[in-house]
Amino acid sequence: MTAMVKAEGVCKRFGNLEVLKGIDLEVQPGEVTCIIGPSGSGKSTFLRCINHLEKVDAGRLSVDGELVGYRQKGDKLYELKENEVAHKRREIGMVFQRFNLFPHMTALENVIEAPIQVKGESKAAARELGTALLHQVGLGDKAKSYPRQLSGGQQQRVAIARALAMRPKLMLFDEPTSALDPELVGEVLGVMRQLAKDGMTMVVVTHEMEFAREVADSVVFMDGGVVVEAGNPEDVIRSPKHERTKAFLSRVLRKD
Amino acid sequence: MSSSTEERRPEPIKAVPVRHYGRWIGGAVVLALAALAVRSIIVNPNFHWELVGPYLFDTRIANGLVTTLWLTVASMAIGIVGGVILAVMRLSPNPVLSGAAGVYIWLFRGTPLITQLIFWANLGALYPSFGLGIPFGPEFVTWHTTTTITVPVAALLGLGLNEAAYMAEIVRAGISSVDEGQTEAAGALGMTRGKTLRRIVLPQAMRVIIPPTGNQLISMLKTTSLVVVIGYTELTVVVQQIYAQNYRVIPLLIVAAIWYLVCTSVLTVFQSWIERKFSPSTVRTTGWASRMFGFRFGRPKERP
Repeated sequence: MTAMVKAEGVCKRFGNLEVLKGIDLEVQPGEVTCIIGPSGSGKSTFLRCINHLEKVDAGRLSVDGELVGYRQKGDKLYELKENEVAHKRREIGMVFQRFNLFPHMTALENVIEAPIQVKGESKAAARELGTALLHQVGLGDKAKSYPRQLSGGQQQRVAIARALAMRPKLMLFDEPTSALDPELVGEVLGVMRQLAKDGMTMVVVTHEMEFAREVADSVVFMDGGVVVEAGNPEDVIRSPKHERTKAFLSRVLRKD
Repeated sequence: MSSSTEERRPEPIKAVPVRHYGRWIGGAVVLALAALAVRSIIVNPNFHWELVGPYLFDTRIANGLVTTLWLTVASMAIGIVGGVILAVMRLSPNPVLSGAAGVYIWLFRGTPLITQLIFWANLGALYPSFGLGIPFGPEFVTWHTTTTITVPVAALLGLGLNEAAYMAEIVRAGISSVDEGQTEAAGALGMTRGKTLRRIVLPQAMRVIIPPTGNQLISMLKTTSLVVVIGYTELTVVVQQIYAQNYRVIPLLIVAAIWYLVCTSVLTVFQSWIERKFSPSTVRTTGWASRMFGFRFGRPKERP
């Protein structure tokens, strides 16, 4: 079985700042992987590399057996054209910390925009799918609401529906609950939990240790641009081996 | 609220409001001055109000007005289309495109409009003819500059190309005002750059672009009178021609002013209509008077 995400020595630098210093990681189809770690550890950057929002400087990164951002012919790598990158992104859904819903469109319009504009689906088919997806995230009655009329949790659920509308084979979540009021976190995690149960392959950058422990198939702890520790959630969160993981977890878990 | 607190709800406050005597005095002074001004305008015979009526619908003036209007609309159309193209070029990652747009804006904003108008009108002196063909090879079609770039075309080129430089900066500011996350979200959904610009970025940029564009449009209405320097006639020039013959300077200027105010008023209402269309977030209902002049009657309503 080809791994859904396979990273081998992935490096990324912004100017003189080396953000990723050789990330090795594998995500199997149907698996949920949670990436945890202190801010500035490069976890969001790595997530953004997976759908080529950031360009990888060194190493290999592939999604479903295909290189991200490049085409290989013999020994040579060819950079993908803009529309080829766009084409590959269709299959990868992404949910952002700050939702990034389109404020000039209603919830339903947000969801059906890409299926119509990118995939060329008919309006009727897209609306049907969009309505079903809004129901799935518990917002069937909010189709005509604009993002500003929705709470943070509702906006993030619309954002999840929007990503799902492209029928992705992989979903990336970049700290999806970090911008939410505490009482709204649960509704978003609930939708994600259901998604994981339905067998979606997910990579989740998160600070929700409870969610990671409960839902993830594997947990990856990143710090200073490297993967410090990875394994099944019980091991990494309950009995971390590495000092840095222990220090981080004791800081995070003390808050609860 | 629970019923127990409702039973013990305290008395609403009844207090004597602050008396703004200064405001009353200020208002009275302004009203008195306004009354004096209106009275003198009506009573002073030198205004020749009896001439304003007949000239208001004079055929020559109507023709001038039509020229003003089409010149305004056409130049703004060139300006807006050109401005969007220049703004997109300016923001392009291609340094040549971005640089070219920068030089264009520098050149057209940096030289007087009058100079540019005269330049276009005299293009024939620089290039007697121009044509379509293969560079250094045969030419398929040739035009004589003086017969192609007529006075109206020169006026249009001068006003439109100059406007494009200003519109480019307005559009660029609008595009830059849209959150980076919007482009990323659209990109993550598989939308191309062009589609993201058209469907996601520009509609949101409109809120920032429209108010200064309305300004430019109203300004253009009056800037068109500069075409007098290349011998073209529009509203102001027609008025000048008439009072040069009959010396009725003031009533004719009043006629022109009335028409400019009518057009500006229509454009102002049109602008606020478009603004509301593109910003469903600010649901405000205001009357035409407040939209045009900023009058507020009664106390300002508190925001909910």
